[in-house]
Amino acid sequence: MIPLLLKIVRTGIVSESPPEANDELRVNASEIEAEVLKLLGRALVIREVDAGSCNGCELEIHALNNPYYNLEGLGIRFAASPRHADMLLVTGPVSKNMERALRIAYEAMPEPKLVVAIGDCGCTGGIFGESYASCGQVSNVIPVDVAVPGCPPRPIEILRGILTAVASRSS
Amino acid sequence: MKIPGFSRHPRELSGAVPAASARVNEEQWVEAARLVREHGHRIVALWGADNRDRDATFSVFAAYAVEHGLVVIELPLPGTRPAYPDLSGLFPAANRMQRALFDLLGIVAEGAEDHRPWLRHGAWSEGEFPLRRDFSGAAGVNEQERYSFVRVEGEGVHEIPVGPIHAGIIEPGHFRFSIVGEKVLRLEERLGFTHKGIDKRFEDFTIAEGHRLAGRVSGDSTVAFAWAYAQAAEALLAVVPPPRARWLRALMLERERVANHLGDLGALGNDAALAFALSQFMRLKEDWLRLNDRVFGHRFMMDRIVPGGVEASMDASQAEAMARQAHEVEGEVQTLRNVFDDHAGLQDRFITTGRVTSELARRLGLAGLAGRASAQPYDLRVDFPCEPYGELDVKKVVYKSGDVAARVNARFDELIESLRLTRAILLKAPEGEAQVELPPARPGAFGVGWIEGWRGEVFVALEAGEGNRIRRGHAHDPSWQGWPLIEHAVIGNIVPDFPLINKSFNLSYSGPDS
Repeated sequence: MIPLLLKIVRTGIVSESPPEANDELRVNASEIEAEVLKLLGRALVIREVDAGSCNGCELEIHALNNPYYNLEGLGIRFAASPRHADMLLVTGPVSKNMERALRIAYEAMPEPKLVVAIGDCGCTGGIFGESYASCGQVSNVIPVDVAVPGCPPRPIEILRGILTAVASRSS
Repeated sequence: MKIPGFSRHPRELSGAVPAASARVNEEQWVEAARLVREHGHRIVALWGADNRDRDATFSVFAAYAVEHGLVVIELPLPGTRPAYPDLSGLFPAANRMQRALFDLLGIVAEGAEDHRPWLRHGAWSEGEFPLRRDFSGAAGVNEQERYSFVRVEGEGVHEIPVGPIHAGIIEPGHFRFSIVGEKVLRLEERLGFTHKGIDKRFEDFTIAEGHRLAGRVSGDSTVAFAWAYAQAAEALLAVVPPPRARWLRALMLERERVANHLGDLGALGNDAALAFALSQFMRLKEDWLRLNDRVFGHRFMMDRIVPGGVEASMDASQAEAMARQAHEVEGEVQTLRNVFDDHAGLQDRFITTGRVTSELARRLGLAGLAGRASAQPYDLRVDFPCEPYGELDVKKVVYKSGDVAARVNARFDELIESLRLTRAILLKAPEGEAQVELPPARPGAFGVGWIEGWRGEVFVALEAGEGNRIRRGHAHDPSWQGWPLIEHAVIGNIVPDFPLINKSFNLSYSGPDS
C-alpha cells in the first residue's frame, strides 16, 4: 500500500486547462437552443458509439480520461446507456453493418440530443468513403451538430469539439 | 522454403520475408495442409481472388508458417463452379476466414461444417459477392439477418446478449453468453460489424499509396500494418529500403508496442478495480504519444512508413529525448509492476482467470502475445528476423500458465524489452537516406509482408495490376486467430470476469472485420 500511496503523492496533479470552444466546428447552427445548453452547463453525459472506425479515434477518446485531460474533472463523463446520455460521440465511417445499431442508439436518447462526429471518417467518410460496406459520414445516418476532423484528431481537439457542442454560442 | 514431404517445391519469393509460393491442384492443396498440420505448424491467413478476367478462374490462397518461414499455397478454381477442400477440419482458425471468404467472393469450402455468413449481415444480398469483378454494388436489405446461435439448454440456463454496442468506449461486436447462475457455460461471438470493405477498397489505390489504407485496418497497429504492407510492396517492386529506414521502422514498431502495452496494463488494473493503475499508465502513455507527435508529427505514427522507406526524420536531440524517455518510463514501470505484484486483490483476479492451456492454444493455432502467454513460442522478430532485428538479439517472452496473469506478465516483460530495444536502436541507427524511388510495378507481380506487431503476426499479400494499381490487396489481423480462443477462455469463469479476460487479449474488431 505504501509504494502505491507514495507513487500518487510523487506524481502530483498533472491536469491541464481545457481548450476554448471553436464555432467553426459547428455543422448545425440552429438545432440546440441556448437555454437548453445553459441548463446542461457542463454536466454532460456522453455515449460513445464506434460505428465502424479503425479504432484509432477510440484510442484518443480514451485518452480524454487520462489525468492530463481529466474529463470528469470538467463534469463530463461517459455512460453505458444512450438513455442516460446528452450527447452521442460517434466515430467511423458508419459501416452498413452498424447503421441500424447507430440509429437505435440515437433514437434511445432523450431530447435534446447532441451529436458530435469524430475524425475524418466521421466527418466525410475519410479514406473508406461510401461503398457497398460503408454509409460514409455520420450525418448520412443521423443529424450531426459538431464535426471534429483529424485522423485521428488529437484528444485536445476532441475535447474542443465536445465543449463547442455545449458552449452557448457567443453571437 | 519447403514443407517437408510435400510433393511440390515452392518457388522462393523475393523480399524481406523468407517466403515461397506454389500453385497447386486440389490434391496437393489437401496434402500441403495435412503436412503443415502434422508438423505442428499453423495457418497464418486465407484469402481469395477473382481472376476470371485473366484466365477464367478464381484462386484461393493459404499462407502457412513453417519451420523456415512462410509458404503461400495457391489453388486455382474453375470460374463456373468455385469450390475448394475445407481446411477448418485441420485448422479450426480457418473456419471464420472461410466463411468471410465466401461472403466476399462466393467461393465455397467444400466439406466444412459451418456455412453461416460471417461478414455479410444483410448489407448486400445473398448471391452478390463484393470482391467479384462484376459486382454490381447493389445494396441488400440491410436488416440484421437472423443468425443462428448455438443454443445451450438445461435447467436454469439462460442467455445474455451483449452488443454490438458495448458498455464502454470499445469497438462493436456481439457476444452471446449462455450462463447458469454467474457461471459462463458458453460464449459465442458474432463479429463483422465494422466491415468497411477494405479488400475491395485496395483496388482504388496505387501500390505507392496503399500503405495509408493498410495503416487503417486496425488503428492501434498502424505501424505494424504499414510495415507489412511496405514489405509486400517492396517485394513486388524488387526494391530494398535504405538501412536508416529499416532502423526507424523498428523504432516505430517498438514504440507502438510500448504505447499499447502501457494502455493495456492500465486498463487491466482498472478492470480489476485498481483505478490507480489506469491513471498512472495512461499518464505514461500520454507522455509517450506526445513525444511521438513531436518527433514524427503523429501520435500513432500513421503514414510514416511508406513503400521504399519512411517519411520521418529524427535529429540527435530528438533521439536523445526518446532514449531518456525510455529510461524514465522503465523506472516507473518497475515501480508499478511492484505495486501490481504486491497487490493481493489484483493478483487474485488475475491468477487462473481466463485460462488458455498450451494444448488448446496449439490446436487452435494461436500466436502473438496471447500465444506466448500460453507457451506458443513464436515471435517473428526472433524466429525470422528482418533487418534490424537480427542485430538486436530480441528476448522472446514465454509464459506457460495461459491465464490473465500470464498475459499481464508477458506485457510487462515485453514492455521492458521494447524499451531496451528502442534505446539500442537509437544508439545504432545508421545515418543516410530514408527513402528510395519506386520503379513502376509489373502487372501480376506478387509480394507478401509479415511483421510481429504488438498483438501478433500482421500479414499482407499484394498483387499489382495495370498502371501501378493494386489488383488484389489483403491484410490479415492476428485477432482472427485470437477471437476463437476467448470463447474457450471464458468457459467456467463468472460473467463479471469476462471484461478482464477480454481485455487481457485486447483483440481488434476492425482488423478482422476490415
